[in-house]
Amino acid sequence: MSERTIELEILRYNPATDEAPWYQTYTVPCQEEWVVLDAINYVKDHLDSSLSYRWSCHMAVCGSCGMMINGEPMLSCKAFLRDFGRKIRVEPLSHFPIERDLVVVLDDFMEKLPRVKPYIVRDQEKPIEEGEYKQKPFELYEFKQYSMCINCMLCYAACPQYGLNSEFIGPAALALAHRYNKDSRDEGRDQREEITAAHDGIWECSFVGACSEVCPKAVDPAGAIQQMKLASTMDWYLERLGGVGARVKRSLSSRRTSK
Amino acid sequence: MSRKPFVRPVPATTWYMRNGRYLRYMAREVSSLFIGLYMAGLAMGLMRLAQGPDAWNAYLTALSSPLALVFHVLAFAFATYHATTWFNATPKAMRIRWGDGYVPGPTVVRAHYALWGLVSLVILVLVGVI
Amino acid sequence: MAKSNKPIVWGLFAVGGTVAAFCVPALILAHGLLVPLGVFGENALSYERVSAVIGFLPVKIVVLGVVILTLWHAAHRIRVTMHDFGIRKDDMVAMLCYGAAGLLTATALLGVMAV
Ligand code: SF4
Ligand code: FES
Repeated sequence: MSERTIELEILRYNPATDEAPWYQTYTVPCQEEWVVLDAINYVKDHLDSSLSYRWSCHMAVCGSCGMMINGEPMLSCKAFLRDFGRKIRVEPLSHFPIERDLVVVLDDFMEKLPRVKPYIVRDQEKPIEEGEYKQKPFELYEFKQYSMCINCMLCYAACPQYGLNSEFIGPAALALAHRYNKDSRDEGRDQREEITAAHDGIWECSFVGACSEVCPKAVDPAGAIQQMKLASTMDWYLERLGGVGARVKRSLSSRRTSK
Repeated sequence: MSRKPFVRPVPATTWYMRNGRYLRYMAREVSSLFIGLYMAGLAMGLMRLAQGPDAWNAYLTALSSPLALVFHVLAFAFATYHATTWFNATPKAMRIRWGDGYVPGPTVVRAHYALWGLVSLVILVLVGVI
Repeated sequence: MAKSNKPIVWGLFAVGGTVAAFCVPALILAHGLLVPLGVFGENALSYERVSAVIGFLPVKIVVLGVVILTLWHAAHRIRVTMHDFGIRKDDMVAMLCYGAAGLLTATALLGVMAV
């Protein structure tokens, strides 16, 4: 195990005493195989106990340790020191208000997420006696990728449109809406489109694609949103075709829900 | 302790300078200006064609002015960039079922490039012989 | 919140973007560069030849299809790009972009139909 020393430049902000955030540099003795989170933990344990940040699992599943590392949104538990130089700059996730140090305010996402109904919506629940909802392998495959999201918010920190307009529902919430739209058990697409196909939904996306590039779970929210644009455009035209459109739409969706 | 969250404003006119990814995106978007201008020129050209041989010949002469040539070099570069970004993104927007999965993205992209090559060849040959 | 009416223009944008990707680079190369540079010879795109070819109805339809769809693709993307450059008067930008696309569509249509 070899050692190396790094300069960790961390954006600090204490709401009680600071007017604005400022950088503090720590010199941290590290092990070669450490991740950035290890170095931050070292600072907290040995150099400066006042530093605030979030983490929990240290294995890229809880989604709480997202930070800007050299300007790029990353999970700090997945960012290996060996991939960086001697100087590493750590800042709280972009586009979110800073609560304190590296901790950001996530209220905005917490308010948006339930609006897209990220759960299975049925017109009518099947009585329990009739058994479970069965899915074929492909029906699982269709949405599985979008269910891998860990709500780490890296995609929001990467998305310039969210940075410019915080009303935008944003990548992860839209990808989760898509996850349920794509579920063969679900019948809630019409309801979700009230939010997702409104102005601040998918149409605020200009397909920069940054969200998909930074996503640590290969969810590909950008792809999900493009698919939703395609589907919503079809729906929009079908809705305007009157009776014929309604019939086409019904036959398309009944094909999906029939078991 | 009371809360006082600090909001970092995003500069509305210069945000894309932050990294290369945003700059590449803007290059893709700006391609539309060149493609649009080129098409505007083509639409005018079609009008000149309807106005008779003299108008058409004047149009052809204008096409070989240095300014027009420089513009078309730029427009060609941007249009090509648009095409590559468009084809590379296609499998993300449109997934085609294949058995219990989808047609692999790289296959879709390669098929598009092959078709692109074919269409381009046809256009070149057609304009060449006309 | 009401559903957006973006699908009208987005549908054209998507189809137009595909058409533009397939056709426009080669078009610019041939008609904007190789012909003016004389690569295809003196008589390339001469009035007689071009008007004869555009005289065919199927050719008219294909040419108009490419020109019009590409124009609407560009118009929509320019609108979005203006927003990205920080111009926030979206209603006005949209009117200008789609208006210009409409005018040019009419120009191309009148031109091709008159040949
Ligand atoms: S989509 Fe990816 S980047 Fe966005 S919150 Fe989910 S896991 Fe994180
Ligand atoms: S600590 Fe859980 S994702 Fe990094």
